[in-house]
Amino acid sequence: MWDYSDKVKDHFFNPKNAGAVAGANAIGEVGSISCGDALRLTLKVNDDTEVIEDAGFQTFGCGSAIASSSVLTEIIKGLTLDEALKVTNQDIAAELDGLPPEKMHCSVMGREALQAAVANYRGEEWKDDHEEGALVCKCFAIDAVMIEEMVWANKLRTVEDVTNYTKAGGGCAACHEDIEAILEKVLKERGETFDPNAAPVAKPEPVVAKGPLTNLQRIKKIEEVIMSFRPQLMADGGDVELVEVVDKTAYVNMTGACNGCQMSAMTIAGIQQRLMEVMGEFIKVVPASQMPKLVTIEEASHA
Amino acid sequence: MPDIYLDNNATTKVDSAVVDVMIPYFTEFFGNPSSIHRFADGVAKAIKKARSQVQELIGAEHDSEIIFTSCGTESDSTAILSAIKAQPNRKEIITTSVEHPAILALCENLEKEGYTIHRMPVDKCGRLNLEAYKNLLSEEVAIVSVMWANNETGTIFPVVEMAEMANAAGVMFHTDAVQAVGKIPMMLQDTKIDMLSISGHKLHAPKGIGVLYLKRGTRFRPLLRGGHQERGRRAGTENTASIVGLGKACELAMEHMEYENVQVKAMRDRLEQGIVAAVPHCFITGDLNNRLPNTTDIAFEYIEGEAILMLLNKAGIAASSGSACTSGSLEPSHVMRAMDIPYTAAHGTIRFSFSRYNTMSEVDEVLKVMPSIVATLRKLSPYWDSINNEPVADPEQAFQPTYA
Repeated sequence: MWDYSDKVKDHFFNPKNAGAVAGANAIGEVGSISCGDALRLTLKVNDDTEVIEDAGFQTFGCGSAIASSSVLTEIIKGLTLDEALKVTNQDIAAELDGLPPEKMHCSVMGREALQAAVANYRGEEWKDDHEEGALVCKCFAIDAVMIEEMVWANKLRTVEDVTNYTKAGGGCAACHEDIEAILEKVLKERGETFDPNAAPVAKPEPVVAKGPLTNLQRIKKIEEVIMSFRPQLMADGGDVELVEVVDKTAYVNMTGACNGCQMSAMTIAGIQQRLMEVMGEFIKVVPASQMPKLVTIEEASHA
Repeated sequence: MPDIYLDNNATTKVDSAVVDVMIPYFTEFFGNPSSIHRFADGVAKAIKKARSQVQELIGAEHDSEIIFTSCGTESDSTAILSAIKAQPNRKEIITTSVEHPAILALCENLEKEGYTIHRMPVDKCGRLNLEAYKNLLSEEVAIVSVMWANNETGTIFPVVEMAEMANAAGVMFHTDAVQAVGKIPMMLQDTKIDMLSISGHKLHAPKGIGVLYLKRGTRFRPLLRGGHQERGRRAGTENTASIVGLGKACELAMEHMEYENVQVKAMRDRLEQGIVAAVPHCFITGDLNNRLPNTTDIAFEYIEGEAILMLLNKAGIAASSGSACTSGSLEPSHVMRAMDIPYTAAHGTIRFSFSRYNTMSEVDEVLKVMPSIVATLRKLSPYWDSINNEPVADPEQAFQPTYA
């Protein structure tokens, strides 16, 4: 059975706002019956203020699909349509204290139902902008379609390339066989053959630090590397900052969606790996919450 | 009421009599059966006894036809890989579209290596077309692998007849019988089945022990080499305690064969008839006239299986589902798809599988909660009209979500 949080279970066993809203003037229907989940979101929107006065859901789906639908209606009630559109699937997952990687698509379905309902209210047509494939990388929840598109778009050739561009395969590495199969397929379509020993395509090659560095240079370099992770984390609704460097340990703060994310340990491992490559030394990356408490000189002298 | 376990096709409780006979082989007789000293005394004999207990249950002619392995999957892989290795000129494999992944995933992999895989389709009741099968048999085929009974629906395939047909065409025949062994009687010495897989934990033995039955004279290539164990056909120090346990479990299965086919079947029948009578819009999948006595697979339309399982679990009832969500895949069970069960029903299939430990009062308990569980979820479903308590008119038309 899935490792569902208590909040997921609570929203599943006691769903809020189940059923269609009477007199709804915004309806969003998304999902795929072949995949086994589909959601109809009905909203009652105040025509003057555009405030969502009531929201209801009808869901065909598993425990986390029902919980995601339920929590979505709770989040958006009382928001204006513009405010509601800022709700991301990470917000939905975070409100549920996280979802297993295989189940993140349930939160995506919630956000999409919302977009579809708003489009419906505004007389627009909502178009799904992504196709979902079979989950390949369980560590970072990356599916086959995403990997295939990236391999095509960036002419990727190796597993390492795929990891650099999508994060897929950067965690436990168990999916490397599946990634190789995707590479084999796409490369064949491109008229090339897959060579597991091929040199990776050019990645933003980090300039390897050449010691000796001053303390300040070293910390600046470490910060630079950590900053380079921000764009991809921010794309997922998270962020990271360097807090302190003590000897061979770099303390970082994971914020936003990273905070409490089941994947944050993987992310930290990825940062650590890159840091070691760039710095050419062993560096441990640790969440700032585990940093030894700083003491002032006065406190220390009383100790 | 203590929790009710109706997921015996997934795995079974180890019989306490099985545990009892195993314990001494962890503590007292822990010696390597190949050793000469007193710690190994009797261990080889115990394995021999277990071998004959397995032999008895499946009606094998010789005890040397029993090869102990680590699980059903290992037995399946050994059988198929042996057949293709021993007959390198034969590049085709015949199997069915409803096999366990232990067979299907292996075949898919062999397909990449250039093998042609014939996956025989099934009809809406999960039955094969033997005429089509006959036409596939040829000198190009290395092996036929057809399960004895389906793990999801319990549907039994005519493997004895199919083995005869394969034999007449000079083709090797393997059957994955992990769900059938111990539940239905068999007499392998009277059949043309060349290889058969058993999994211990499906019949009240522990996990991590299996058997490959290998008919004497069948050409064989081991999967694991490196020792003389199992007459050189499966190297690796014997899992003695589990082998002894499996032997005992086979003996018990033999004793309970009639109970399984009368009392256990009666519980299964009462459950499915009770559910079908009390819950609208549900149906039993598979070949109703030709099934394992312990299995029923019921499709509840317009709701999803994982959600049903979570509510059953809350009520203290363990079962399983063919929905996509329970496995983390994007498609419902390949068995349901092969039988052309519509998506609105395939995702809502629940399998209840019994064992001799279940009771009629447990059946009544499930019957008590099932209608309200289904009703609760239907209230949430976009395919259900809560006001009139029936499916919305023309459900697949009424609700057509944008694919996301």
